[in-house]
Amino acid sequence: MSSLAQVSQVAGDPAVHPTAPAPETQKRGWTAYLLLLPGALWLGVFFVLPLVQLATVSLQSRYPGFPGYYYRDVNLDNYVSALTDYAPHFARSFLYAGLATFLAFVVAYPLAYAMAFKAGRWRNLMMICVIAPFFTSFILRTFAWSQILADEGWVAGTLNFLHLLPGGHIINTPVAVIAGLTYNFLPFMVLPIYASLERADPRVIEAGGDLYANGFTTFRTVTLPMSMPGVLAGTLLTFIPAAGDFVNMELLGPQRGKMVGNVINDQFLAIPGGYPVASALSFTLMAAILVMVFLYVRRFGTEELV
Amino acid sequence: MAGFREARGDLKLDSVTKAFGDFTAVDDIDLDVPRGSFFALLGPSGCGKTTTLRMIAGLEQPTAGRVMIGDTDLTGSRPYERPVNTVFQSYALFPHLTIRDNVAFGPKRRKEKEAAARADDALELVQMTQFAGRKPAQLSGGQQQRVALARALVNHPEVLLLDEPLGALDLKLRREMQVELKRIQTEVGLTFIHVTHDQEEAMTMADTVAVMNKGHIEQLGAPAALYDLPRTRFVANFLGQANTGVGTIKGTDGDHLVADVLGTPVKILKSRSQVHDGEVLFGVRPEKVTVSRSQPEGAGNDVKGVVRDVSFLGVATSYLVDMPSGATWSCYEQNLDVEPLDLRPGDAVWLTWNPGHAFGVPVDES
Ligand SMILES: Nc1ncnc2c1ncn2[C@@H]1O[C@H](COP(=O)(O)OP(=O)(O)OP(=O)(O)O)[C@@H](O)[C@H]1O
Ligand SMILES: [Mg+2]
Repeated sequence: MSSLAQVSQVAGDPAVHPTAPAPETQKRGWTAYLLLLPGALWLGVFFVLPLVQLATVSLQSRYPGFPGYYYRDVNLDNYVSALTDYAPHFARSFLYAGLATFLAFVVAYPLAYAMAFKAGRWRNLMMICVIAPFFTSFILRTFAWSQILADEGWVAGTLNFLHLLPGGHIINTPVAVIAGLTYNFLPFMVLPIYASLERADPRVIEAGGDLYANGFTTFRTVTLPMSMPGVLAGTLLTFIPAAGDFVNMELLGPQRGKMVGNVINDQFLAIPGGYPVASALSFTLMAAILVMVFLYVRRFGTEELV
Repeated sequence: MAGFREARGDLKLDSVTKAFGDFTAVDDIDLDVPRGSFFALLGPSGCGKTTTLRMIAGLEQPTAGRVMIGDTDLTGSRPYERPVNTVFQSYALFPHLTIRDNVAFGPKRRKEKEAAARADDALELVQMTQFAGRKPAQLSGGQQQRVALARALVNHPEVLLLDEPLGALDLKLRREMQVELKRIQTEVGLTFIHVTHDQEEAMTMADTVAVMNKGHIEQLGAPAALYDLPRTRFVANFLGQANTGVGTIKGTDGDHLVADVLGTPVKILKSRSQVHDGEVLFGVRPEKVTVSRSQPEGAGNDVKGVVRDVSFLGVATSYLVDMPSGATWSCYEQNLDVEPLDLRPGDAVWLTWNPGHAFGVPVDES
């Protein structure tokens, strides 16, 4: 009986469907575009238009003798200046951001691991602790760090007392900048890693042990690779904003040897007629980051992971 | 490999108990599984099957008791130190590795030469060679299951643990895999511990079946013996169907006990009853009961009842018959007669059975 019913159902299927789908999919297609509209508008007004504006400004020329006045042009000198005069700033930005990303990873991975596997009922409390800094402003927190790392502060005090601080200062050194960057972007590293570890099937990790891998080998060959999507997301979310950051350098860094973010900031706000160079710097930074991210994702990308 | 125990021999659980807080999941289990046998652990959900397997694998440590293979005491050792592999219920394949690398994982960890070649052999055994380059997410459930099997088998463990490995498969694939599993087991001659809550699967595949309930083993034996002569009410009802009735033992008649089941006198062989006085649960399997229109001559036990329902199943006909005691019995008749019985609901029938097939178990569910 049941097999008979099945047969008739199968036979019935093709007869019903060929006519039905066409209007169905068309309707669904319209709905999809309609739902895309607000997002597309947002992107158009607040992303594409400013970007086009920035691109035109970056190619403008100054009126000689009239600081602060430009005319429309296709002047690549701004880019030449960005790439030659400010090459050291770019290098510092990427170096400091890279170091901060690495340090954040070193701190965040054990923390995320503990939260995912060892925390038990403390897990929610730890989560709150990771997110809590967001309740105060970025600038305020960085100011707090300038206090912590100040020459009179206990960190520098203790290290000086132990004669472990060669230069005598932490504040106003690159070390302070990297520390600030690491601190400020740490949650962006912790959260994706935690999410990917938390999602990992504990049975899969047990399977590592079942197949003759001891604790460390299981971590190296199973747990860590399975959390790679989180690591990838975390490093991108840390590196990209850190490379463009200027607040940490402004508040914690030395007077000379700034990062590219500070130069852009100064060119835009402090130096009359700096707009074209600032725009060119911004575009170059954006392009450089895009290329790096592309290569990085190509190398470590794990889009095949579930 | 530091710490690896090269144990060989029978698997023995010696008074193994596992408690989670004040809840005892596995309660004082003794098991002795001969080397190379196919052993099925059968029981309802939550009875402690997985917990038992996890203690054998070393993924869980017993609260009390010992786990041994041959003369080697494995209690307290880590999973990677045991010559035991698990086929997890959820397959638990490594999502970031290809199928070949999944299977080669164990041999690589044991620093075996030609791990990849071993993996390919194992994949061939489960007929998955053409998928070796894929990732687990690109396989169907049944294919993943076979990979999980290959990944465990490739290590030639002394004991292979299978935790409901066929649970997610459709009936047809399930039957195919049962045959394949049995073939592989015979071929490689390993000890298989197969957990399932499908009684048919347990009975068709295993040399020995242990029926578990609430953390302990109710009965253990060959499938046919277990089916033919259950020793507890739980086993009688869990393994196949049984027509049962609570009665009181009134006396004996030669080799038989005579019990009164709600007014009907029935006989049970003394050797087939677990109780010999007082209350007894009388039982007889549906296919051992014959249905006829008139009272059969002599022999056996018989009861008159009224047909409630008839279902024609092709190879057999199943009857539900209301008994005078108020119970409903079910009976299977093979359709052997040229003239069909042609019973309708409401017809009066006689049920007979050979008292040699009846069994008696304690009334209270242990
Ligand atoms: N880690 C644990 N903590 C507390 N209780 C547990 C734990 N693991 C299992 N249990 C309990 O132990 C009992 C047995 O669990 P187990 O997983 O062994 O059942 P099972 O027989 O495999 O069932 P199923 O057929 O549903 O898989 C269950 O009641 C379960 O709730
Ligand atoms: Mg289970």
